[in-house]
Amino acid sequence: MLDYLISGISLGSVYAIIALGYTMVYGIAKMLNFAHGDIIMIGGYAAFCTGYYLHWPVWLAVLFAVVVCTVLGVVIEKLAYKPLRNATSLAVLITAIGVSYFLQNVALLIWTSNPKAFPNMLSFIPYVNIGRIQITGTALGTVVTCIVVMVALTLFTDKTKMGKAMRTVSEDKGAASLMGINVNGTISLTFAIGSGLAAIAGVLLCSAYPTLMPTTGAMPGIKAFTAAVFGGIGSIPGAMIGGILLGVIEIFAKAYISTQLSDAIVFAVLIIVLIVKPTGLLGKKITEKV
Amino acid sequence: MMKKVLSVLVAGVMALSIVACGATNDASANTGADANNNTTADGSLTGTLKLGMIGPLTGGAALYGNAVDHGVQIAVEEINALGTGFQIDYQAEDDEHDAEKSVNAYNQLKDWGAQVIAGTVTTTPCIAVSAEAYSDRMFMLTPSASSTDVTANKDNMFQLCFSDPNQGSASAKYIAENNLATDVAIIYNNSDAYSSGIYQTFVDAAAEVGLNIVSTTTFTDDTQNDFSVQLADIQQSGAELVFLPIYYQAASLIFQQADQIGLDVKWFGVDGMDGILSLEGFDTSLAEGVMLLTPFAADATDDLTVNFVTKFEEKFGETPIQFAADGYDCPYAIYRALEYYAANNGGLDVTDMSNEELCEILISVFTDPGFSCDGVTGLAMSWNAAGEVNKAPKAVVIENGVYVGL
Repeated sequence: MLDYLISGISLGSVYAIIALGYTMVYGIAKMLNFAHGDIIMIGGYAAFCTGYYLHWPVWLAVLFAVVVCTVLGVVIEKLAYKPLRNATSLAVLITAIGVSYFLQNVALLIWTSNPKAFPNMLSFIPYVNIGRIQITGTALGTVVTCIVVMVALTLFTDKTKMGKAMRTVSEDKGAASLMGINVNGTISLTFAIGSGLAAIAGVLLCSAYPTLMPTTGAMPGIKAFTAAVFGGIGSIPGAMIGGILLGVIEIFAKAYISTQLSDAIVFAVLIIVLIVKPTGLLGKKITEKV
Repeated sequence: MMKKVLSVLVAGVMALSIVACGATNDASANTGADANNNTTADGSLTGTLKLGMIGPLTGGAALYGNAVDHGVQIAVEEINALGTGFQIDYQAEDDEHDAEKSVNAYNQLKDWGAQVIAGTVTTTPCIAVSAEAYSDRMFMLTPSASSTDVTANKDNMFQLCFSDPNQGSASAKYIAENNLATDVAIIYNNSDAYSSGIYQTFVDAAAEVGLNIVSTTTFTDDTQNDFSVQLADIQQSGAELVFLPIYYQAASLIFQQADQIGLDVKWFGVDGMDGILSLEGFDTSLAEGVMLLTPFAADATDDLTVNFVTKFEEKFGETPIQFAADGYDCPYAIYRALEYYAANNGGLDVTDMSNEELCEILISVFTDPGFSCDGVTGLAMSWNAAGEVNKAPKAVVIENGVYVGL
């Protein structure tokens, strides 16, 4: 029972850290960045190439992945999403799906479809034994990173000037620009932060589940999106709680009901939550809050 | 979600096009070949057989097509060097792993005068070409197209490789005959036809040979990250061996997570496991002791394999993969079948025989219970009327990061 709870939390914290990126971009830019999962994959490859081929130390490989993803996120925003700032949300959504396919196919060209086994970059964290229960260093590292990122993001948006600008842009772009806020700059910053987070999520995801392929980010991306909606999209603590709950429900459904039906059960729970609370667990009536 | 809808649509369109190809079959009547026209007095096989091969020699799947082509070339050279009065004239055509180009390649081989086809290498083109060959009464032996759709309802179509589901029953028999275990656990991918097909036949055969299946768990393409629940179930069930009819990507995760919880069992995989050692960055010590059913291991020490591998390395400068071995066995199977017919029917001269006549002869021999032949991918290969091969499977075990024959 406790074993399963711990597996569930470590799986859920991977979903949670991806969901944080989704919710961040959605909260500010009001768009679903479906390419988020693929930026995670690029982050994974960046860390793999520097860490495995070039033998860079872990911190440098992760830093490199963060830089690559941040730049990539800003470039994608400038090239693909900025021209559509005033287009319908459906057009932006379709563009995001296009970017997602583009990134997958570029990765296919560069790294081919042969999977790579990702070296565990969190192996320096020791095992923790509590009684008979063993928690792996990777699970511990993922959960801790996730909490740190969540707290940092909440503080950033609540306390700093840039965070204030973000919340303003999220509420009303027109009014924000009248108040002298650089709307485009703020949205770019959001993408930079979201994509940097994606790189960290990529390293954590691949350290926990070490098969790296061009489609690695796609399914966790969709699950994390579900987690973000579950917790109330736009809400940072909501993404965290949604992610962890999703992971725990998935593992419990597998363990106690059926391995075949686990996904069906996860999504059935999601449907019930959304019927009872259409804005998600922590979603407010004003969902603009970040 | 959108991606799912799209991929389902695309898959639907593909399925429709396959059905459309298959629907062109018209059951052409048996031509009633009278093979006695071509007999020689002493029961020997003579003449020149025109053998065509179709496979992807260029494009994304070229690795497989070229491997088969190279394997066939070596076998043809060997047969021609025997000096028996029987010769093979061989020609390969490229299909780029495309169904339409594959049918064109087939037509080119027909114009060239091909009497028998060794091919095609990949499954989708093979389904298209076999429909044509069925109405033309052209005998086809595919080295590597393993789907049952390839042979379904086509009496002229035979497989040299195990069909996907047959690997399951072969694995169950191998485990039982070699007393590897009696309590067996299975993890399979229930969103994948290959994996569930093998699982089903494994379960059926396991009941016959007396294996106890103590734990059955599944995963899907979408949940192949976390196997903690499946592995905990295996640990509680007390299974001695875990059967993994899955591809190596998921298997690498299973080995890693089993190592973390200290699960000590035997692992048994099928040909989808082949490739785990070349997975970049994978710690091969995790796969130590893993057994897998594969028809060919290049480092096996039997005479047939050593001879083939040595010649292949000399001629092409690389170690043959399983596809090359499949290709190598094709001309031999056809040669042995013709030889068998000649010996039992007072000889045979194949020069300028029509493909219809040869087709009936070869079908009768391949489905004859008395016929079998040895190859590098299996000893005592025989075929059933459905065109599926029955051969003693070879198993290899991973020791010190390389395959070792069992």
